[in-house]
Amino acid sequence: MSAVSPNARAKQKPKSESLWLDTWKQFVKHKGAVVGMIVFFIIVFSTIFGPMIYRIDPQYNDLRARNQGPTLAHPLGTDNLGRDLLAANLAGGRISLAVGLVAMLISIGLGTVIGVSSGYFPRLDGILMRLTDMFLALPLLPLLLVAIMLFRDSLRSLVGPETGIFLLIVVLIGVTSWMNTARIVRGEVLAVKEREFVTAASALGSQNNRIMWQHILPNVLSPILVSAALGMASAIITESALSFLGLGFPSDVPTWGRLLFDGKDFLSLTPLRVVWPGIAISLVVISVNFMGDGLRDALDPRLRTKG
Amino acid sequence: MKIKLLLAAFVLGTLFNFGFAQRGESGELNILYWQAVSLLNPYLSGGTKDLDGASLVLEPLASFDPDGALVAKLAAEIPTVDNGGVSEDLMSITWKLKEGVLWSDGTPLTADDVVFTGQYCMDPDAGCNSSDRFNDISNIEAVDATTVKISFSKPKPFPYQAFVSSLSPVLQKAQFATCLGPAAQTCTDENFYPIGTGPYVPVDFRPNDVVVFEANSNYRDPAKPAFSRVTFKGGGDAASAARAVLETGEADYAWNLQVEPEILNGMAAAGKGVVVSAFGPNVERILVNQTNDDPSLGDNRSLYMDGNNPHPFLSDPKVREALSLAIDRQILVDVGYGAAGQATCNLVPGPTDFVSSANDSCLTQDIEKANQLLDEAGWARGSDGIRAKDGVRMSILYQTSTNSVRQGTQALIKQMWEEIGVETELRNVDAGVFFGGDPASPDTYGKFFTDVEMFTNGASGTDPENYLAGWTCDQIADVSNDWLGNNIDRWCSPEYDAMIAELATTAGLEARAELSKKLNDMLVQNYVEIPLVHRGGVSAHINSLQNVHINPWDTEMWNIADWTRN
Amino acid sequence: MFQYIVRRILIAIPTLLVISFVIFTILDLAPSDPTGNLPLSIPQEVKEQIRKSLGLDQPFHIRYLKWTRQFFIDEPLALVENVTGIKFPGSEKRTRIDSWSTHSSVIDLIFQRMPQTLWVVGMAYVLGILIAIPVGVLSAYRQYSIFDQLGTFISLIGFSVPTFFTGLLAIVIFSVKLKWFPSVYDTTLVVQDWASFVKQLKQMVMPVTVLAFFNASQLSRFMRSSMLDNLTQDYARTARSKGLQERAVVLGHVLRNSLIPVVTLIALGIPGIFGGAIITEQIFRINGLGDLLIKGIQNADIPLVQTLTFIFAVLIVIFNIFADLAYGLLDPRIRYG
Repeated sequence: MSAVSPNARAKQKPKSESLWLDTWKQFVKHKGAVVGMIVFFIIVFSTIFGPMIYRIDPQYNDLRARNQGPTLAHPLGTDNLGRDLLAANLAGGRISLAVGLVAMLISIGLGTVIGVSSGYFPRLDGILMRLTDMFLALPLLPLLLVAIMLFRDSLRSLVGPETGIFLLIVVLIGVTSWMNTARIVRGEVLAVKEREFVTAASALGSQNNRIMWQHILPNVLSPILVSAALGMASAIITESALSFLGLGFPSDVPTWGRLLFDGKDFLSLTPLRVVWPGIAISLVVISVNFMGDGLRDALDPRLRTKG
Repeated sequence: MKIKLLLAAFVLGTLFNFGFAQRGESGELNILYWQAVSLLNPYLSGGTKDLDGASLVLEPLASFDPDGALVAKLAAEIPTVDNGGVSEDLMSITWKLKEGVLWSDGTPLTADDVVFTGQYCMDPDAGCNSSDRFNDISNIEAVDATTVKISFSKPKPFPYQAFVSSLSPVLQKAQFATCLGPAAQTCTDENFYPIGTGPYVPVDFRPNDVVVFEANSNYRDPAKPAFSRVTFKGGGDAASAARAVLETGEADYAWNLQVEPEILNGMAAAGKGVVVSAFGPNVERILVNQTNDDPSLGDNRSLYMDGNNPHPFLSDPKVREALSLAIDRQILVDVGYGAAGQATCNLVPGPTDFVSSANDSCLTQDIEKANQLLDEAGWARGSDGIRAKDGVRMSILYQTSTNSVRQGTQALIKQMWEEIGVETELRNVDAGVFFGGDPASPDTYGKFFTDVEMFTNGASGTDPENYLAGWTCDQIADVSNDWLGNNIDRWCSPEYDAMIAELATTAGLEARAELSKKLNDMLVQNYVEIPLVHRGGVSAHINSLQNVHINPWDTEMWNIADWTRN
Repeated sequence: MFQYIVRRILIAIPTLLVISFVIFTILDLAPSDPTGNLPLSIPQEVKEQIRKSLGLDQPFHIRYLKWTRQFFIDEPLALVENVTGIKFPGSEKRTRIDSWSTHSSVIDLIFQRMPQTLWVVGMAYVLGILIAIPVGVLSAYRQYSIFDQLGTFISLIGFSVPTFFTGLLAIVIFSVKLKWFPSVYDTTLVVQDWASFVKQLKQMVMPVTVLAFFNASQLSRFMRSSMLDNLTQDYARTARSKGLQERAVVLGHVLRNSLIPVVTLIALGIPGIFGGAIITEQIFRINGLGDLLIKGIQNADIPLVQTLTFIFAVLIVIFNIFADLAYGLLDPRIRYG
């Protein structure tokens, strides 16, 4: 009995549709996950629709209202150039969320594919892990400078300055941050591969692909989900470090990381300036993490029988 | 009676203290620079931090005081035509050394050391970054043990370049004898622990981190310096350096505190220290590209091509004037600079004798007039509020180096230009790339592949000749000179070139000042560059530190021998 | 096992050569310029001369080969000469790798910076691990308890708020307001008696805490998730049903298996210690390796950055071998053939 994959057991249900429904039912039972999801969608919706309702231009310098605390005219206060912080945080959220999500997906996607292949196929292991070593060793800043030099102007003329720099940043962050995920996933795969249900599946003549995606991947999902939540936070922060170095978005495009960075020196003057983006980033990361927790529990058949 | 006695004793005591000040009696001095010293040889590293660090040890023959006047350091006096030190034909200058000056190892300073230093820097393989100060020198000779004669290959109306200011101090021949030519690069010990004549001697050097100095026991004034030990620490950022002096009192002196004025004022309010500033030659300005920088031009982008590649709208002086009129310079100062800046309309902002007053009208913003100028020139606003003519939109790509004050200025100016119907796209580039000369990079200030760019520049001393000569036609930055020309605006005027030639042969401070003003006015009134802010050095020192006179024309440490603690 | 190690080391050599070449190419392509930080008043022709004196006018392959020779032959020989005092023939012909900004030996710079980094970053790393493992284990074992929720919350905030902010906050609170700790790290301090030891501790408290907090935040998340996975595995049930004590099950079986992915992370992080903590070192003015690297990059000091990154690469390769060996020890089912 123990030779059958726990996942294969779940698979015995007749339709895959019911599997998704089942997962969803399990997911909503997880209180943290539901709260996380609600918070996440509130943030996403307010950054998408907020600027349409709150119509102050985040780039407008109101020079009579510099360094203000919250007032009626500026509910979250203003920065040292008199820019409205609510507008800036809403507009910044759009970009930060987009950068965080896309960069995280690229990084997790690359990390998972490379990690699983490397752990599962001993023949690929050597070359893929050496590739990982190389990426770990690459000096990030010079690499970014090179990439900006080579691609910025062509992307700018192709898709416009902001989309161009968005693509560049997202790809660069994604491509330079998958290595830890790959190493962890590989480690897990090496261990899972030797478990009875995998040996059994391959003894039964299952295809490699099928074993990898149906038996192994679900069992290494939890470190991937943790990496995803953490990866999103670090992508948002990395973007701010990039703009600080002059490699990110133009200086008049607000992002959460940038707002946090620009505000840090004003800590004793207008402390709220750093509090808002700080809360926003933390909330996103925490809600993504709880959603990840819920998703993992929902996909784990052993926990399911418990509930 | 008793009170009188006490008073007399007090007065006597004070006199006594002043009269017989002791070397090293003030204890330790902590100096904080947010850029760290890399080496103590100013000929191999031109960064301000390195010059300042080295000036505790190495001294020039003469340096500039805070007013821009020459003061003798190792020289007995400043040579002039009047005292016979400079020849009538302006072809040579003769320096007499002070008597009895010793190197910190106890050996005497001689004219040979000066001659050697000239040889050291003029060697083309040494990579000496002050070599331009030795231009047009045909010979340096030691007339006797304390007399040096420098001969020029052409008349030098301003001969105070070589061996003047912290950029060009005297090295000890005995120590650096083996460091000539390519060997200069590998003389690590010599560059870290130079033997000097200055008030301090380096005892512990950690590159790019900290230098510890001790008082020079052979210094020529037995009562100086007042501190026995100086710790010159580097690293971090400007805001935290200011905090260490003004709020926590961990350091006695912090350099170049370019932080937003409200932050600096907030810290100064703690009362532990004072913020000091001084205004020298530096002006933050906007450069206006006279050539077309359209990327579709490919290899012809931003090339002058004898005037056949003009910018679609910035080559029109009226447009440039409108851009200048639309800027409220005082707001830029209030928001970004505070004590570190003054609104200016000149490219030569000092010394006082050289400052033109013909352009001061630009200090008041005039949006109405700017709009009128553009209307007259035929630039009509489109439906989106942006002006256009013959299908050309007034859209400007505005680049500068990465720096929070500069990005603030960019945002303010973008809004001001919006009011006159000009669209602006902002770009900031890493300073190391922007100010670098990598021929492969499109983002260097010299290539100028944008419509306008902004940075600070100024003369490297009190005399602006070399600086003003940067706008001549032959200096236009171009592929042929690897974009290394100094005329980055690519502006060309034969009239201007003729006046520069005249300046090169004009002697006498007054006449030179008059000509310089004319040249400055020509640049400003043609709106070749748009001056914004006269930038000063801003530093902070703790209240108890005395005799600090921050100097915009030379190193801030120029009089460190006189610093004392109260 | 022995054969495996030998094979890995043999593969490592060509890998490292490729890495060194890729790094050099990137640094060479990068548009930063060693004369970029010089004042604008220095004329362009002079800057060109300076570049020439640094050897930048030579073609790419010559500069790369020169660096390779210096790194693999000249520097090791110089090191042996310095340690043993024996002079090898031709020692005057050999050149050491010189940094462009300080004109001194890069290796000497690295040795000078190493102690501070090992003390601060290394200490923070060990502390982070010591916090993360028990927190992760306990959070997982008592999933959804108050302790778990609170731990999750704090660690996620710790990860979302970057060290440039926590470091600054620490300085404003503990240096400016409370005046407990210094905000400037005194790198000239020599620990020789109790007083100087206390001073050293005081100046280490803030940077170590800030970094340890960040490290622990990340690691405890992985520890927790790994524990959760293993707690419900069949082997844990089997062990329990065999009548083993809960303590023995958790600490003996589950923890051991859960550590496998965490060990990878820890081993991977060790080279990171040598890379220093760029931001934290900057904020507290610690002259560590991270500080050396970032200044090298800012000044386009190619020999310095190339050497430092390459040493970093060597460490990564070495510690990856260690991590793989650790797998084998922790999980006997994994066999290396």
